[in-house]
Amino acid sequence: MTGKRAGGARRIQIMDAEEIERTIARMASEIVGSNGSDLLLVGIHTRGIPLARRLAERISSITGTEVPVGRLDITLYRDDVGPWRPAHQQPLLKETVLPVPIDDLVVFLVDDVLFTGRTIRAALGSLVDYGRPRAVRLAVLVDRGHRELPIAADVVGKVLPTTGAEDVQVHLAEVDGDDGVWVGKEPGHAG
Amino acid sequence: MRRLLIRNGRVVDPSQGLDQGMDVLLEDGKVARIGERIRVKAETPVLDAAKLVVAPGFIDLNAHLCEPGYEHRETIASGCRAAVAGGFTAVCCCADTKPVNDEPSVTAFILERARDAALARVYPVGAVSHGLAGTELAEIGEMVRAGAVAVGDPGPVANALLMRRALEYARSFGIPVASHAENVSLSDGGLMHEGVVSTRIGLRGMPAAAEEVVVARDLMLARLTSGRLHLRHLSTAGSLELVRAAKAEGLAVTCEVAPHHFSLTDEDLAGATYNSDWKVNPPLRSADHLEAVKQALYDGTVDAIASDHTPQHRDDKELDFSEAPSGAVGLETAVSLAVDRLVHGKVIGIGRLVRLFSIGPAQAFGLPGGTLRPGSPADVTILDLRRRVTVDPKSFRSRSRNTPFAGIKLRGAPVVTIVGGRIAWRAEG
Amino acid sequence: MPVESASELKRKDVVGIAPLEPAEIQLILDTAEELLEVARRPIKKVPVLRGATVVNLFMEPSTRTRFSFEMAEKRLSADTLNFSASTSSVSKGETLVDTARNLMAMAPDYIVIRHPNVGAPHRLAEVVPASIINAGDGINEHPTQALLDAFTMRQHFGRLEGLNVVIAGDIRHSRVARSNAFLLNKMGASLRFAAPASLLPAGVEELGAETFLRLEPALEGADVVMMLRIQRERQAAVNFPSAREYYDFFALTEERLALAAPHAVVMHPGPMNRGVEIDSAVADGARSLILDQVTNGVAIRMAILYLLAGGRGAATADS
Repeated sequence: MTGKRAGGARRIQIMDAEEIERTIARMASEIVGSNGSDLLLVGIHTRGIPLARRLAERISSITGTEVPVGRLDITLYRDDVGPWRPAHQQPLLKETVLPVPIDDLVVFLVDDVLFTGRTIRAALGSLVDYGRPRAVRLAVLVDRGHRELPIAADVVGKVLPTTGAEDVQVHLAEVDGDDGVWVGKEPGHAG
Repeated sequence: MRRLLIRNGRVVDPSQGLDQGMDVLLEDGKVARIGERIRVKAETPVLDAAKLVVAPGFIDLNAHLCEPGYEHRETIASGCRAAVAGGFTAVCCCADTKPVNDEPSVTAFILERARDAALARVYPVGAVSHGLAGTELAEIGEMVRAGAVAVGDPGPVANALLMRRALEYARSFGIPVASHAENVSLSDGGLMHEGVVSTRIGLRGMPAAAEEVVVARDLMLARLTSGRLHLRHLSTAGSLELVRAAKAEGLAVTCEVAPHHFSLTDEDLAGATYNSDWKVNPPLRSADHLEAVKQALYDGTVDAIASDHTPQHRDDKELDFSEAPSGAVGLETAVSLAVDRLVHGKVIGIGRLVRLFSIGPAQAFGLPGGTLRPGSPADVTILDLRRRVTVDPKSFRSRSRNTPFAGIKLRGAPVVTIVGGRIAWRAEG
Repeated sequence: MPVESASELKRKDVVGIAPLEPAEIQLILDTAEELLEVARRPIKKVPVLRGATVVNLFMEPSTRTRFSFEMAEKRLSADTLNFSASTSSVSKGETLVDTARNLMAMAPDYIVIRHPNVGAPHRLAEVVPASIINAGDGINEHPTQALLDAFTMRQHFGRLEGLNVVIAGDIRHSRVARSNAFLLNKMGASLRFAAPASLLPAGVEELGAETFLRLEPALEGADVVMMLRIQRERQAAVNFPSAREYYDFFALTEERLALAAPHAVVMHPGPMNRGVEIDSAVADGARSLILDQVTNGVAIRMAILYLLAGGRGAATADS
């Protein structure tokens, strides 16, 4: 989940492509270290998906075994869709594919930015309808604080304290063409 | 001696070939004199008709007045109020009352009610068949003696033999037989005109042929019987072509058209989202049929414009399109529609328009009136060809409001209606 | 050229295919694609319409369509209320508008209506604030059927544009044929009707199909053959003589199916008259997509319910 690009607003680059790669490598070994086998990585649309794939590659180069990667669209579980939105303006649905049954696996939800925690709550609600994992854990590239629900990440790439007026932007080459993490101040942006 | 002088008007009277500025003097319920600059005593009431058309009182050949039996839709009194407000001095009312007007006591009742209302003249059209069932002749002679001027079932007579016998029998009484030409099996439950529009919006259609096969049948029966045939509310090019040919041959046939058939098409119905105020029978046809109606009005094939005033209660019209009854009210819109669509629409001149509402209907049914020849009844319709009106059903005098013309702006309207020398209605302003 | 999808529906109701733009049709199909997956989960339910109420107002007999709608509604966690002509207190002559006003006292978010009178959903949509979904109005339209048919075709062929589709049967009285005709024309498919002239509507050119008075010539090169149910209930003997005659000349047999393209598929909106318009061997054969149509029907109906949702409370901010 990323913030919006603001034309003309101040942006500071926090991570470049090389730093992202190093961070992902470190995250991968943390995941392996504490969880071992029976893993499933599930990337949350949109950028959680390439992130999950990169983690999976790293993990399989460490352990020598393939880690399955799934994709999750949480739209149907959000707390701000359905009757609560303005009439017939529902968000577009994207695909959900879980390549293996999730019972008794350790499922790692993967997302780019952890912010209020509502996306992860929706993701948890969704997973419950697919089965009963042994455990659900969370890996994020950036934790920018400002939780609105009691949600915490198990594996964090970078802790990035931000103010409410600031905006965090993550680019991943598979989606955006380049790699990087920026923080920007958008005039009037409520966060 | 009751007098009224109508001064300065443009007198249009096709029965006398008149269209010029003249005065008309009415006395004791009759036309006393027409001429230029009639002089009268100072106390004689004068109506200034400057810039207005002064015509023989308009006659509507086809209106449903619903009484006895359906007073929730209309009464004879409310229907007469609507008639005079629409410029009509006389109305021929249909037999689909309850009880049906198929015998003299109902005919007499209707005339009595009309007398009580004391507004427009009412000429009952009795039923052809007993109970409108289409199997046995009604007491035609008795009804004529009680005051009926014609007979006609307001719905189709499927039995060709019955129609033949009616045309033959009516000859003894010198009256025409009016026919609603429709083959119900060909209509096949149709709700609108069958064509590309009905296919587009998914409503069952009735083909033009459903009307035309019975027009052909009735014309042949008229030829066979030498009877007098009057064809109701013709709506298709084929029907009018058949009448044109029959008249050329010299057959005693007359016909009428209703204002909605020269004003609206099936496309207009499609634009109304299945609103049953657009549901009429015969249905609104496609544009080529509408053009044929206008052509027939122009070339004299059509004898009369008749409103086919069909009041329906709002609860009934609120039913789904397939269940709602057909029909629209028309007494209060017919004349304005005709002036606007036909005269201002450059289809016919004012002389023809007056003919279609006066001498045409009078001759079709053998009625007194339709002329301002001295000695004729003092029935006068005064029109303002330039008056702008907006059709407002809430202001109708009729008890019913079912019209597809709500909100339409028209140019041309009646302003004074005089019956028997008395002003029965006058426009405000 | 394939159609771009809209981002939202531009209306509060789906009363027919006729008012829909191609982009909206594409959006419904794309959304249904994602919702198919719900049927493959262990728990076949998502919470998105939790707290929404749907009234199923079926004034014409129907088990399959109503069942399909109910399943779609329940899979989205909506609450359903069922009214049918026989069980409700609707008496003859009570206007539809009155019935709807009484129902609105329960504040439903949706009314799914099947009615024998053409135009009933359209009038309801004007009068009632709920979202109206047409499950079939007389002989006029059956939009969800056409959408699931198109979805099935697209699922199999990967596209709708340029497909040769044959619809055979009582076209004149078929709301399925009409809705399919509107939709396939909007999406660039090529349509043929095969029926005796007594079963074709007047003004059939308005429906954008090439017409054939026999089935065999229509089948040449066809990608999709859709057979319609022959209505035997209503006065049928006036329009065609008998079931035997219909079978002899217009039924889809294996011999006739062989005239179509080698990859052609068979569809039917159901319920089928086996041995009248279609042979069992064909209906149950490898080329039949009839069961897929049923599965897809639920997804399409879920998609419409989802896309029409909203308007009850203030939207909370994106997290």
